[in-house]
Amino acid sequence: MMNIQIKKFYYGDIPDSSPSSSNDVRSTENPWPLWEIFIRSKQGLDHKHAGSLHAADAQMAIENARDVYTRRQEGLSIWAVESKFIHASNPDDAEMFYEPSTDKVYRHPTFYDLPDEVKHM
Amino acid sequence: MSLHDLEKLFQEKIDKEIKIEPKDWMPDAYRKTNLRQISQHAHSEIVGMLPEGNWISRAPSLKRKAILIAKVQDEAGHGLYLYSAAETLGTSREQMIDDLHSGKAKYSSIFNYPTLTWADMGAVGWLVDGAAILNQVMLCRTSYGPYARAMVRICKEESFHQRQGFETLLVLSKGTDEQKAMCQDAINRWWWPSLMMFGPKDSESTNSDQSIKWKIKRKTNDELRQQFVDMIVEQVKLLGMTLPDPELKWNEDRKHYDFGEINWDEFWNVVKGNGPCNKQRLEARKKAHEEGEWVRAAALAFAEKRKNKLNTKAA
Amino acid sequence: MDSNQQISKSTNLQINQTLHLADTALILGQRNSDWCAHGPILEQDIAITNITLDLIGQARNFYQYAATLINNAENKNETEDSLAYLRNEREFKNFLICELPNGNWAQTILRQFLFSVYQELLFEKLIACNDQQLSAIAAKSIKETKYHVKWSSEWVIRLGDGTEESKTKMEQAIDEIWMYTGEFFIANDYDIIDVTSIKSKWLEKINEIFEEATLSVPENTFMQSGGKNGIHTEYLGFLLSEMQVLQRTYPGANW
Repeated sequence: MMNIQIKKFYYGDIPDSSPSSSNDVRSTENPWPLWEIFIRSKQGLDHKHAGSLHAADAQMAIENARDVYTRRQEGLSIWAVESKFIHASNPDDAEMFYEPSTDKVYRHPTFYDLPDEVKHM
Repeated sequence: MSLHDLEKLFQEKIDKEIKIEPKDWMPDAYRKTNLRQISQHAHSEIVGMLPEGNWISRAPSLKRKAILIAKVQDEAGHGLYLYSAAETLGTSREQMIDDLHSGKAKYSSIFNYPTLTWADMGAVGWLVDGAAILNQVMLCRTSYGPYARAMVRICKEESFHQRQGFETLLVLSKGTDEQKAMCQDAINRWWWPSLMMFGPKDSESTNSDQSIKWKIKRKTNDELRQQFVDMIVEQVKLLGMTLPDPELKWNEDRKHYDFGEINWDEFWNVVKGNGPCNKQRLEARKKAHEEGEWVRAAALAFAEKRKNKLNTKAA
Repeated sequence: MDSNQQISKSTNLQINQTLHLADTALILGQRNSDWCAHGPILEQDIAITNITLDLIGQARNFYQYAATLINNAENKNETEDSLAYLRNEREFKNFLICELPNGNWAQTILRQFLFSVYQELLFEKLIACNDQQLSAIAAKSIKETKYHVKWSSEWVIRLGDGTEESKTKMEQAIDEIWMYTGEFFIANDYDIIDVTSIKSKWLEKINEIFEEATLSVPENTFMQSGGKNGIHTEYLGFLLSEMQVLQRTYPGANW
């Protein structure tokens, strides 16, 4: 199973050269932090996650988002959050988090059979 | 849960077309394959800016200049989206860029060919982007969520690239004799490298293809290449130009065009770094990165100073 | 006859004014476009390229207007491209500062800052001028220019107050290009607005940003000039010969 050798050569997977110690350079540079960008595409709509980018500070993150994610009039408002501040639920909790709601069909309007004569409901 | 169970569950998700998200459990090899594929795709976008950027200063009209700049800039954006997708797998962009610069990571070999005339801007848009789009449309449905989402955004933006390439050639094909010759010459030079973009023949792939099983890819090299040939053969007629392959002809049984043998020697040589521009491309990327280092450091230092200033004020 | 000559003289000034605006935007755009694919980080590569696209867009609007003026006055067949690609060094009327080589990132963003602050003030005046077309182009372009000012002033502050190295590079950049800013405010016979009147406001803004950037504004610098009249640095000829190569090599071809 682990003995996979993928021989496809589109963008993806020309095999990397084997790392030789002299070749394997790691810069010591401290990179700009990563930010998550949320964009409101139209007044009245929610901000939606558009992607991420790097910026040195919050102001620059917003401007980079303007330049990167709104080149085609995609946005009217931008939120930027440094990625490290995003807290996410754990996929391992998915069962206990989300499955208990699957049997509560009575929360949905289609659960109730009403005569056709009832209007506006 | 045992490793075996996890792998089984994982494959079930893939089979049910459920996307894999960053925090989900995934086999190590799946993570590595995706990381390699996405980062190499990102590198291809960034290195791919160079052969076209080469003509920005010489674009023959202001309209063409603006279009070309916008296109090359889009590629920077696409590289950025892809690096971001790859970063969700736990490797920083810095690290990926280091791997590109050290020669460890690869990028699409097509960008190691030189752009010699203005017509190359048309041929690259039409043939190279055309080949790329076939791959990218497929990748919009790839199993790793962040990659698929990046590809959806990229495909939306790419649609103008191929069209502008074809239109650039269309204008040349209706121009002076010199322009027509320039057009044909560019097609001649870019045709075979474009076919090589799809990679070796399926029959050369000795192992069962895990990438297909994991739905990272959804079509084989040969399927995509055939789709490309069938498409381009029809389009080239509209240009009144020809493709440089005497063996190209319609096969009624297969309902596809047959085409000649690709020069695999050349292909492997370019992959190995012997293409006409391999060195030049990497040098250009390294130079930009190295010359930018003090700029990036200054921005970070300034951000730090400002934060401290605000904190002192607040205290 | 006499009145005809007068019309043609004022039209001529109007044409030169428009060409000056067009050339300035184009040549700076041409220089900035060299950063595309070579920026210090992807995000900023994209950012400066947006500015490049804005400048080329402005140049096109001004050239199209200039072509209309020329064609109406002289029964010629000028286009935005004939004006950009088929005039020579002595005919270009851009500011010298635009044609200077990019240098490093410090020099590029400093030039953008010094120029964009000027351009915003200029456009404010142009919006109010009595040439409707120039006023309309200025009104459209000033929104872009305001962003250029914001973006470039933040970079000036960041580099000026960043590291020792970035500060030194900013100081070197100021030494290098400050002497090309005097030309912004030298009146010319074709000026439609009084450019001398915006100097104090310009200096005020530069002072404000330099102060925040812990940089100092040079005093008593000798100022270079000539661009507005077609007397350029040696750099322009090379820039033009590269930019114009296809139009010159294949006369009359469509692209």
